Amino acid sequence: MRERILAVIEKNSKISVRELADLLGEKEAAVAAEIAEMESGHIICGYHTLINWDNTDEEKVIALIEVKVTPQREMGFDKIAERIYQYSEVKAVYLMSGGYDFTVMLEAKTMRAVAQFVAEKLSTIDSVLSTATHFVLKKYKDHGTVLCEGPQDERMLIVP
Amino acid sequence: MRNPLSDTIVKIQPSGIRKFFDVVSEMKGAISLGVGEPDFDTPWHIREEGIYSLEKGRTFYTSNAGLKELKIEICSYLKRRMDLEYDCNSEVMVTVGGSEAIDIALRAMLNPGDEVLIPQPSYVSYVPCTLLAGGTPVIIELEEKDEFRLTKEKLLEKITPRTKVLILPFPNNPTGAVMEKADLEAIAEVIEEKDLFVLSDEIYAELTYKGEHVSIASIPGMKERTVLINGFSKAYAMTGWRLGYAAAPAVILKQMLKIHQYAIMCAPTTSQYAAIEALRNGDEDIARMKEAYDERRIYLLGAFRELGMDCFEPYGAFYMFPCIKRFGMTSDEFANRLLREEKIAIVPGTAFGDSGEGYLRVSYAYSLEDLKKAIGRIRRFVEKLDGK
Repeated sequence: MRERILAVIEKNSKISVRELADLLGEKEAAVAAEIAEMESGHIICGYHTLINWDNTDEEKVIALIEVKVTPQREMGFDKIAERIYQYSEVKAVYLMSGGYDFTVMLEAKTMRAVAQFVAEKLSTIDSVLSTATHFVLKKYKDHGTVLCEGPQDERMLIVP
Repeated sequence: MRNPLSDTIVKIQPSGIRKFFDVVSEMKGAISLGVGEPDFDTPWHIREEGIYSLEKGRTFYTSNAGLKELKIEICSYLKRRMDLEYDCNSEVMVTVGGSEAIDIALRAMLNPGDEVLIPQPSYVSYVPCTLLAGGTPVIIELEEKDEFRLTKEKLLEKITPRTKVLILPFPNNPTGAVMEKADLEAIAEVIEEKDLFVLSDEIYAELTYKGEHVSIASIPGMKERTVLINGFSKAYAMTGWRLGYAAAPAVILKQMLKIHQYAIMCAPTTSQYAAIEALRNGDEDIARMKEAYDERRIYLLGAFRELGMDCFEPYGAFYMFPCIKRFGMTSDEFANRLLREEKIAIVPGTAFGDSGEGYLRVSYAYSLEDLKKAIGRIRRFVEKLDGK
């Protein structure tokens, strides 16, 4: 049941427990208990809304920063990551294989704010060797959902 | 001037669905649950194969029976999924949708006056195709008490010395009914004893929600009596590609191929290349879409039962067949009022035969959000009828 619950709410966290139970053909109480267990077990870590900010008046700048670091004694990757992810403007931090070590997703109001963050906060961390900042120009698809225009039903209204 | 028309075709009734369609098209802002095709797009990797074949300039006729590669894939699919062995050279052909296969199978098998048993409610083309092939349609009226399955008793009732072919449309459009192995075994006895042939329309074979689909051809003694029809429209969401196939004993297939050769030449080449990809790498797509249909099916069944609209549980295709008898209206009246008053378009059961009276065909080839919106309006309508 666990996997089936996750498969549904990964796409629609707004669904009520009752609807979810109907959909899966399970008892409401059982579904609620399973969800509670997954929440406390940190399998479910949060419920987010997918927003296309481009369609609002809100100004937002999103940057992807490649970060190279040298892990130091008593301070492995995890510790460095922790120093980076504490900042609230940092939306995501991933440890990467390949040419650099961390991907940092940053969200700020202006480009200047991003620049300031990189120059004053990120680069000044002792273990950070270098950074490369890329700005996101447009989001087409996010979290498996196409953000542009909604799909249109082009089928005829009645088909035998 | 002489009458330019054939008496046979003039006598055939236009599809009941057509009439309803005309009304619906006039209505602005109507939500439709009336569609008999998937709401998914054809999976991208399949579309891409079609595009690639065009880029490569593969724009010529194929051999009449279809691309060899495709026929091989069809045979391996039938082996893998239904445990059926067909010879790809003499027992399989690619057609323009399952529809063409129905037509040419009947034309290849019927002599004037031969009777064709057609269980109803069912898809709209069996009766006209029988008439066009010179046969006589004999309707078997299926009932909800049997979950719209074809029983041995119902079959025996309509068999005469002139009966030649039984059409077996399961999983069924419009009821969603399925025939399980035991159901098929029961009628197989009769088919053998009475020396009948079967035209098994299995276009919804991949969409079953209670065990895997069983083909009648896999019941001992039945393969040599069966024309199996399937296609790509429903399983792979490929309706517009117009591609289906028939698998049948060589002696029947050879004659079907003759009609196809003269009337059609070959199925669209682009579609055939795309279909090879579908059969090779499409199993996951089927599973994904089937899961989505199943969620909607469970939701809709619960919703109709809550509204007091009796509904047997359909285990196949993407249709639900709720009963509206308690409202004291015909299917036609109910559907027309629902359309006028709440702008919901649902096809009346009678469009699929007289035994569909008292029912509606509800398609769940729609997103859950659309279904919820529609159920909200249906609820309002039903509450009004119930005087709440």
